Amino acid sequence: MRHIDVREVADAVQALCQKANTILPPDVYRALQAANANEASSVGQMALQQILDNADYAQSEGLALCQDGGVTIVFLDVGQEVHFIGESLEEAVHSGVRQGYQASFLRGSMLDRPFNGKNTTDNTPAIIHTRIVPGDHVTITVLPKGGGGDNGSQMQMFTPAEGIQAIRDFVLNTVAKAGPGACPPLIVGIGIGGSFDSVGVLAKRSLLRDVGTLHPDPDIKALEEDWLHHINQLGIGPQGYGGRTTALAVHIETYSRHIASIPVAVNLQCHSARKGTATL
Amino acid sequence: MMASARLTCPIQDLDFLQSLTAGTPVMLSGRLITGRDAAHARLHQMIQDGQPLPVDLSNQVLYYVGPAPARPGQVVGSAGPTTASRMDAYTPELLALGLKATIGKGYRNDTVKAAMKTHRAVYFGAIGGLGALLSRCIRSKKVLAFGDLGPEAIYEFKIEDFPVIVLVDTQGRDFYLENQGLYRGY
Repeated sequence: MRHIDVREVADAVQALCQKANTILPPDVYRALQAANANEASSVGQMALQQILDNADYAQSEGLALCQDGGVTIVFLDVGQEVHFIGESLEEAVHSGVRQGYQASFLRGSMLDRPFNGKNTTDNTPAIIHTRIVPGDHVTITVLPKGGGGDNGSQMQMFTPAEGIQAIRDFVLNTVAKAGPGACPPLIVGIGIGGSFDSVGVLAKRSLLRDVGTLHPDPDIKALEEDWLHHINQLGIGPQGYGGRTTALAVHIETYSRHIASIPVAVNLQCHSARKGTATL
Repeated sequence: MMASARLTCPIQDLDFLQSLTAGTPVMLSGRLITGRDAAHARLHQMIQDGQPLPVDLSNQVLYYVGPAPARPGQVVGSAGPTTASRMDAYTPELLALGLKATIGKGYRNDTVKAAMKTHRAVYFGAIGGLGALLSRCIRSKKVLAFGDLGPEAIYEFKIEDFPVIVLVDTQGRDFYLENQGLYRGY
């Protein structure tokens, strides 16, 4: 049994919020550079270059990459040998978000209730996804998820007879409909399988992968490559200004499913693909 | 990129605004107003109730943005565009009150484009996710209305060389649709 004070969790969440919102992860930066070198559209290239310049400037000045610090999604992988000491674990996560967003002058984007709500000003509450895993460590991942990408995201229940082709069309339609509002070039995170409630989280988790890392299952990897190819034929391009680079990557995560259902969630990630991980 | 046209806000040269075509890069300077979801909902309610609006929209340029807070010594934090289509339902009535341009990202619906043609207005695009860089073009900031909404308040920004591109011009031409067509099925 390992004892961990929840204040350590709060401190880690705070640091991750600050870092993730101001420093574009190196895998995302490299993917944008590669796209820039490969983009046929001059106005698309201009947009990609500006996106890279924005990342450089935000990092050098400690500024938010984007005014939208998003909904703060926090993934906790908690070792089953861990015993937390102190206040509630979830309250510690919210407190880390509160301190991180305030210390770095990040925008509060959360309303306290869906209708007639007030801005909580510190971006709380976070959305917390907890898993219990073997071991005595706690892995904390923060994903600030902007509104444009989530607004363009969709979920649908397919039947087995509809098959892969229908799912591919659903993915393509989702990307086309979202267009420039989701801030392409995108990372298209897809969850397939599981159940209505779990598939959205599966899609969101796929966004944590290093950009462009392919699925280990060769069948799924082939879908990722094929769907990326088709998405990049839509012509939407960087910022929707026209071009080859509508998406940097397609990430598919799968789970077992019921014999009657193929749940599918498509979670669009904007080019400001912010994320950070720490292990206690 | 071709050299940018220059335009002063609020719009004084309406003929020049009308001459701008979809795809033209433009540098904006002067004063613009901001507003997003919550401010639009309030303006709409005031129009419905026949109340006077807290801002004069004549010849104004409206930037869809909810800025991040300023650090000490800064004018404003990150301040890039938000998705314009969320404001589509409110845009025609604001154009009818004299609004001449909007700045955002993403598609506009046909109703908005038709209203823009009627009222000779332009929709400009700023690059989404460029909040840090764009904040450098904002020289001052003050609340004009709805201060209780925080980032969703209506602000006046004094801007200098704020880079945009004409997305929809006064003839209803849509740069997104035209330029994407060139790369479809590449």
